[in-house]
Parts: sequence; C-alpha cells; structure tokens
Amino acid sequence: MDTIYALASAQGRAGISVIRVSGSQAHGSAARLMADVPQARVAATRVLRVDNGDILDHALVLRFDGPGSFTGEDVMEYHIHGSISVQQALLNWLSQQPGHRLAEPGEFTRRAMENGRLDLAQVEGLADLIDAETEAQRKQAVRVFSGALGERVEAWRSKLIRAAALLEATIDFADEDVPVDVTPEVTELLTAVEGDLDREIRGSFVAERIRSGFEVAIVGPPNAGKSTLLNRLAGREAAITSDIAGTTRDVIEVRMDINGLPISFLDTAGLRDSTDEVEVIGVARAMERAEAADLRVFLTTDPDDLPLVPKEIDIILTPKVDLTTDLNSGISGKTGQGVDELLAGISEIFSEKVAQSGSATHARHRSAMLQTKDLLVETQRTLSQGSAAYDIAAEDLRTAIRALEALVGRIGVETLLNEIFASFCLGK
Amino acid sequence: MKHFDVVVIGGGHAGTEAAHAAARMGVRTALVTMSESDIGVMSCNPAIGGLGKGHLVREIDALDGVMARVADKAGIQFRLLNRRKGPAVQGPRAQADRDVYRHTMLAETRAQSNLAIVTGEVVDFRVKGGAIAGVVLKDGTQLEATRVILTSGTFLRGVVHIGDIARSGGRFGEEASVRLAERIDDFGLPLGRLKTGTPPRLDGRTIRWDLLEDQPGDDDPTFFSFLTRETSARQVSCGITHTNELTHQIIRENLERSAMYGGHIDGVGPRYCPSIEDKIVRFADKDSHQIFLEPEGLKSDLIYPNGISTSLPQDVQESYVRSIYGLEQAVIVQPGYAIEYDYVDPRALDATLALPTVKGLYLAGQVNGTTGYEEAAAQGMVAGLNAARDVQGGEPVIFSRSDSYIGVMVDDLTTRGVTEPYRMFTSRAEFRLSLRVDNADQRLTPTGITLGCVGQRRSEVLEDKMARLDSGRHALSEQTFTPSQVSAVGIRINQDGSKRTGMQLLAFPDVSFAEIERLDPRFSAIDGEIQRQLEREALYANYIERQQRDIEALRRDEAHVIPTDFDFAALNGLSSELRAKLTTTRPGSLAQAARIDGMTPAALTLILARLRQRSGKQSA
Repeated sequence: MDTIYALASAQGRAGISVIRVSGSQAHGSAARLMADVPQARVAATRVLRVDNGDILDHALVLRFDGPGSFTGEDVMEYHIHGSISVQQALLNWLSQQPGHRLAEPGEFTRRAMENGRLDLAQVEGLADLIDAETEAQRKQAVRVFSGALGERVEAWRSKLIRAAALLEATIDFADEDVPVDVTPEVTELLTAVEGDLDREIRGSFVAERIRSGFEVAIVGPPNAGKSTLLNRLAGREAAITSDIAGTTRDVIEVRMDINGLPISFLDTAGLRDSTDEVEVIGVARAMERAEAADLRVFLTTDPDDLPLVPKEIDIILTPKVDLTTDLNSGISGKTGQGVDELLAGISEIFSEKVAQSGSATHARHRSAMLQTKDLLVETQRTLSQGSAAYDIAAEDLRTAIRALEALVGRIGVETLLNEIFASFCLGK
Repeated sequence: MKHFDVVVIGGGHAGTEAAHAAARMGVRTALVTMSESDIGVMSCNPAIGGLGKGHLVREIDALDGVMARVADKAGIQFRLLNRRKGPAVQGPRAQADRDVYRHTMLAETRAQSNLAIVTGEVVDFRVKGGAIAGVVLKDGTQLEATRVILTSGTFLRGVVHIGDIARSGGRFGEEASVRLAERIDDFGLPLGRLKTGTPPRLDGRTIRWDLLEDQPGDDDPTFFSFLTRETSARQVSCGITHTNELTHQIIRENLERSAMYGGHIDGVGPRYCPSIEDKIVRFADKDSHQIFLEPEGLKSDLIYPNGISTSLPQDVQESYVRSIYGLEQAVIVQPGYAIEYDYVDPRALDATLALPTVKGLYLAGQVNGTTGYEEAAAQGMVAGLNAARDVQGGEPVIFSRSDSYIGVMVDDLTTRGVTEPYRMFTSRAEFRLSLRVDNADQRLTPTGITLGCVGQRRSEVLEDKMARLDSGRHALSEQTFTPSQVSAVGIRINQDGSKRTGMQLLAFPDVSFAEIERLDPRFSAIDGEIQRQLEREALYANYIERQQRDIEALRRDEAHVIPTDFDFAALNGLSSELRAKLTTTRPGSLAQAARIDGMTPAALTLILARLRQRSGKQSA
C-alpha cells in the first residue's frame, strides 16, 4: 500500500504547520531527510535537508511506529515553519519519494479505521459527524438542486442513459431484432448533452464569481490617474499617488459592494517600457492580472498605444477629464466626475452576466461537468471507430454518467466508502 | 440408510454441475433424480451459451465443470456472437443435439468418482436441531448428509398452461413436487411467483426448408471448453423465417384465449424473452418478427422455432404457425405452453447460495428466480464447491463482481433479488472489459487449482498458456521503437518523439499484430493464439488500468466480511426501513451492504464499527 502524506494543519500561512506521513515508507523517507530519525514518541528538532544538501527547514519531528499510531501504520509528523513556501517545499519533496503520494480526503481516518485504531465510541462519534455532514450537504444539495440544475442534470442523465441503453442493446441482443447501427441517435444524444454542459460550464464561472467576487482591473499608461481613481472609489488612500509616472509598482486591490455585486478593483502599474527592474516586474504583473480580470477599465486616450488589447466588454475612458473639455466619455478620480457613470456601467455589465449565470455555483460542480464533458467527447471519438469499439464506448459513457451523478451527490456503487471518508478534511 | 457428505436434489443443469463440483472436491456425493433419463435434459431451447451466458459457461469450464465439455460434444452449430464487436462482449453459442447432450452428461456423471446417482423422488428433508441431516425418498429410503443442495427448477407448485387449460406439473408431462413444496413452506422461506413460456415444437419433415433462408455456423467454430480442439458431431444450419400480418391478426383475434392475456397467470415473465402474444401487443407497429428454426438434434426431426413462445390454445397455435412462410404444412408435435412456478427470493441466501436460516441447505438454479441453463449450472458450481468446502472445513468460496460473471450473478441475486426471471447480460458486469471469455481460465483456473476442483490436464494446459503468454508479453514489452522506426514499417503514428513498446502499439485501435510483426522478426515466433490474446489485452489495457482503482475499492469493502450471525436488529441508530432491508438481504460483506438500495454512509459506518468491535473481542 502507498505511503500517504498531507498537510494535517489548516491550509495557508501559520506559525507552525504539521505535515503527516503514514505508511511503510514513512520512516524510510524520514531517514533521507535528516541525519538521524529520533526515537519513537520523543519530540526532537532536526534539520531537514533535501537531496542536494540544501536546508529545507528546522523542524520538530515526531516518529510513531505502527501499530501504535493514529493510522496504525508507521507515521512521521513534521512540525515545520508555517510559510506556504516551506509547506510546498516539503510536500514537493515527499511527492518525489518512491511509494509516496498525496493522501485522498479522509484517507488517514480510513486507514485508522481499517487498521482497527478507532474504537466503537469514536466511530459512532464519527458516524454522527458524517450524519451531520451529509445532512448539511443534503440540505445544501436540495437547495441547489431543487432548482434548475437538478432538473437539467436529471434530463442529461436520462439522455445519457438512453444512449447507453442503445449501445448496450446492440451488444447484448446482437441476435435479435435491434437496430445494428445506433451511432446516429447516440451521437445526437451525446452532442445535445455536450452543448448543454458547455453552456452550463460557461455560466458556472459567473455563478462562482457571485460567490467569490468579480475583478475589475484599472489599466492605462503611467500617470493616467489610475491610483487616484482607485482611491476615489475606495473613499480612502488605498494607493500612493504622486505626479511621478510609475509610482504604483504592485497590484493594489479594493473590494466594494456595487448594487449588491461583490467587485474587487485592481490598481495596476502603468503600462510602459521601462528600464527599472522593479517597474518591469510591476508591468508584467499588471498585464497578467488585467488579462485574468473579468473587466478592464482603460484610462487612456489611445488604447492602440498600449501593450494590452481591450476586449469587447471593456470600458475605455479619457483620463483626467478635469483637465480637458471632452465631457462625453471621460473620468476624473480627482473631481469624481464620471465616477457614478462608471459604477453604473460596471454594475450593468455584471448584472447582465449574472442574469446568464448557471445554477452551478461551485468549482466542484464545474469540475464534475467538465469531467463529464471530456468523457462524452472521448465516447464520441470511440464511437467513430464503429461497432467494434462499442464496448469501449459503453465504458466511457458509463464513466461519464458516474461523473455526472457525482454532481447531484448520488453515491456510486463502488465509491461509497470513499465518499464517507471524503466528507472529512484532507489529512485529518 | 446411506451416508453421503453432500446430497444434490435434481439432475438438471444446476444439479449436475453441483454434484460434479462437490465430487471433484473429493467429498462423497449423491445426485438424486426421479429418473436417470432426466439427467442433462434441455427442457427449453436446444442451445447453450450466448452473450453473457457464454461467459458463464467458460467460467464453469475454467473450474473444470462439465457443461462446457458436454456442450462441445453435443454442438451441431457453433456461432460466436458479436463477432464484429470488441472481444469483451463476444459470446460463444452452440445449437446442441439434445440426445447427445443428455447421453454425454449421463456418461460423465456415471464416470465421475465420488459421485453416486440415486433414482427416486425426494419428498422430505431430515432435520436435526435446525440443521439439515439428509433427505427422505418417496419409497422411504433415507439418505444421510449434512449438506443438501436443492435444485428443483420449476417443480415448486409448477402449473402448466396451454390456453385456458391448466394443470399441475413441473415440465411438460411431469409431476410437480407438491410434498417437497409443503416441506419448504415449513422453513418459512420468502417465495415469489414467476412464469416462462416455450414455443410449439414442429416436425422438421413438414417444413419447406428449400424456401427458407439458411443460417450456417461459423467456419472456425469457437468452443466452450478451453480443452476442446474440434467438433464431435456433424454440423448443420438453422433456418430463418418471419411472422407476417396474417400471423399477427390470428394472434390478436385470440388474445383472450391466451393464458397470459386471459388472466390465468399471475407470475411475472421475462421482458427480454416475451411470448409472441406479448410481442404483438407491445410492439404493435412491427409487422414482422424473426423466427429461428433450430434443429433439436441430428437424429431428431423436432424443430424448435425460437421466437414464438406462447400460451395460446393448441388450435390457435396451429393456425398461426401455418400462416408463416415455409411452415404452411408444418405439424406441431408438442404444443407451446407457459409455466408458472414458485421461486425462493434469493436475497434469503448468502454468497455461497446457502440458506443461513437452515444450516446445510443450499439452493441453486431456477428455484432462485433465474432462467437459462447456464445461469443454473453456474449456481450449481457455486453451491457444489461451497457445500464440499464446508464439509472439509475450509473457508467459503466467494466469487466477486470483479473476478467473474458468476460473482456478478450471485451478488445480483443475493443483494437485489429478482423482479423477473434473471438472465445474464454482459451489461450487468461493470468490469466487463476485464471479464472476457478469452481469459476465464486465467481468472478462475488458479482458484480452482487451489481449491482442488481442477484436474491435472487443465492445470497443465493453463500453465502452458500462461508460460507462452508471459514470454510473448515479455517480447513485446522489453523493446521500444521510435515513431520513425514505427512509420518505417507502414504503421501510421504521431511523430511525437515518444518511444513505444509493442504492447503500447497494439493498444492503438487500428494496429494489428500482423503490423507490429514487421518491427521485429522475433514477434512472428509468437503463436497465433497468444498473438490474439496479447491483442485483446493491449486493446483494453488503458481501460483496465482505470477500472483497477474501482476494483481495489470493491475488494477492500469485500474484505470486510459480515458474519451470518451478525445481528442487524441490534444496531442502534439505523432507520427501521434500512434495518428491515438489511435483515432480509443479509449482506455478506460491506461491499454487498453498500449496494442495497437506500443505504447511507452513516449506516455503513455503524456496521463497520460493529464488525470492528466483534473482531476485537474475538482476538482478545
């Protein structure tokens, strides 16, 4: 069985982070990481060194010998400094060790249970917890799925089951009066579901934004008044402003509520060729974030002059309109002129997006839909090989249906126990 | 009083396979049949195998069972179904000469050591302290045995219907076992009622074969047994004809005279094998249905018209048969009939097909709600092996969904029960791509060798195959070829720079062994059988890898065995609905429990917790 590892403490930065390793190779990899592995159940600090001798961290190290451990297997616990880079460095190193892999959600608990390390009371407590979890999940699922998505998933599922049944009929009733070539109808069914999934996947990005917030990047040449505009929007001095071009080097975010929509404004470095090393990094970062944002507000009189091409949705405004006479499409952070119009415009753009939003609200929904879609594409590819590959196409389709069912929380035959333990946090 | 270890009641397909399996395991076995001439009778269509069913027969053979060998001897037309589809869903099928089948099965049964044939009718069980102690025959003879396998087929309260005439009887012209049925009632087993039908049998000499389309067998027959190399009997063709508008009109006009439509039958019939009445009512828009005219034997004039089973009265049968092209003068030798019978809800059985409530009693075959010779025989194998194993004090022999169609069937039956006569389909097996007819021996014969139910010859044949397979696989895996080397021999491939082994090249759907042979002359030294086998392995390799994770998860759950005395009622925190379901189904493992409708993660955790607690106590 694989040796598994995972961050056992909370994700993100912390004073201390704990990484737990469990399995027959856990002590073996520890021996490669430190000069001598401490004796069992005695806390000791050790210098962790990676293969080229570089120091990874100074850590508090705990060793447990199976079966006297949480999982019942050989276990190592590394209490490392809790910066994300240190966590990543150790996790990466572990991932390269033979027989090691990242634990699946709840896998430590599962192993503990399988090795008889949890007694009845604990397991019953666990059962209560699962109950609570699944009840909460059920309620949440009912909320989400009593609506449009649930109906859609059900409709897709019945189309896919129909397609599967057609394939299976030609396989299992070859000797009887069934149509020989079911590819046209199967293709039609699969194509229809693929199209629906595509639409829903696009909508899900918006729906997720409703939860996590939209991003609006303010971009333009240096000294266009981007930071002044941000400060105006924020109503406070969030960004340093000056008359010196290139004042803003990093990306500064201000989160706002506009007509009930969560929106983060990003102030970015002015886009220009620079010889200043720090500014070059700032410009690159500005470009990157602006590209990824949901909307860009260009403060420029000549967008063609910028290295960033505006998209159709983007807003282009004449900056520092207080200094000019063109009042039609200008803005001034200094006087506040045009700011209300900008906010109204942004609000309108996102409201329209929200109206098209899918009922899939989580990244999990999207990933299940993407997976289903990929498998349907694969099924179509296999189908094109003709009836000789129907058995393989049927297998692809079966997997696709299972991926889709995961969306509505139906518990698959084989994955049931994994489901239970997956309702626990990774590494706990 | 005669002493045996295992007594098998019934000489049908389940009974013979059960008796042979127990005897091969080396325990003293008796096969009780009403008459020696009942042994190996094919009561329905004269054919063995088909899709899913062919898989079962191969698996029986892999465990050295008798059905495959006997069917090969009796085969008069061999066809591999789904020849144009993937090898995972191909199934061998054969028309069998009824007489040859019966005689060969009887001879095999007589020749089997440790196996005695006892003629007589079992009318009662001997029970001691809640456990089976033997059986009592009608003439008063008592047979002692602590394991009894009941394979009573449709004999439990069987009623035969021909139109509006009904009479008690298991098969046509035989007595139903009423006394035994009453005795079984005393055990309090959950019973249900099913029905099945047969077509009229025709006199082949009155059929205009010259007018009809011919359906010949395959040129290179595919046999059931891994040990068979050639046909034994002369090979013949089947004929094909069709119903027409007139046929349908005659049937429509007489529907109320049909036993099934006249309200005489309550049992549920199989959807996949409908009577001609059913077909015409349910598919009213079809103006013709196909009929296969299957010869019942080389020396017999009887023809089995597959596709027109019926429970219409004899005169209607006659007139609709004669409306069919080529059958205008056909004489009905025996009318078609429907039969209704009791079955035992198989959810009352465990995965060894034993009844936990009556120690030592096993049920196999149609009595468990299945249909088909192959399904029956496969259950016989499971019950026979386990009864013998139990006598010897060994661990039960459990077949898994991940290792065999036998495992799929037993699990379906004991976990989900049946709502119509249960027939095997390839689509029931979720691991279908790995459970193929071509590797049944690789999957199961090693188990059989361990159990001791496999003979010397089969062990040697498998050993030889595995050695050739390993060396072929090795030859195809040890060397890699660059895309340009591959294109140089005319195989179209992406010039993506990745080097590939012969096995990896074979995995491409359009690459055959003949093509990769050009890469290395040593590949040509691999014999044809192994070449085909490697092709099949390579074809599914990627998918099987994907399935492997599912299989491992399943095996892990199967490893959590739930003992038969596990008290589901005593589990706190279960809903009463789930508790009732668990008590009826009595899952044998956590995996099986998980497949029960409505099962929740919390309930499974509770079961697991209790299992832990028990095993903790036992080891303490």
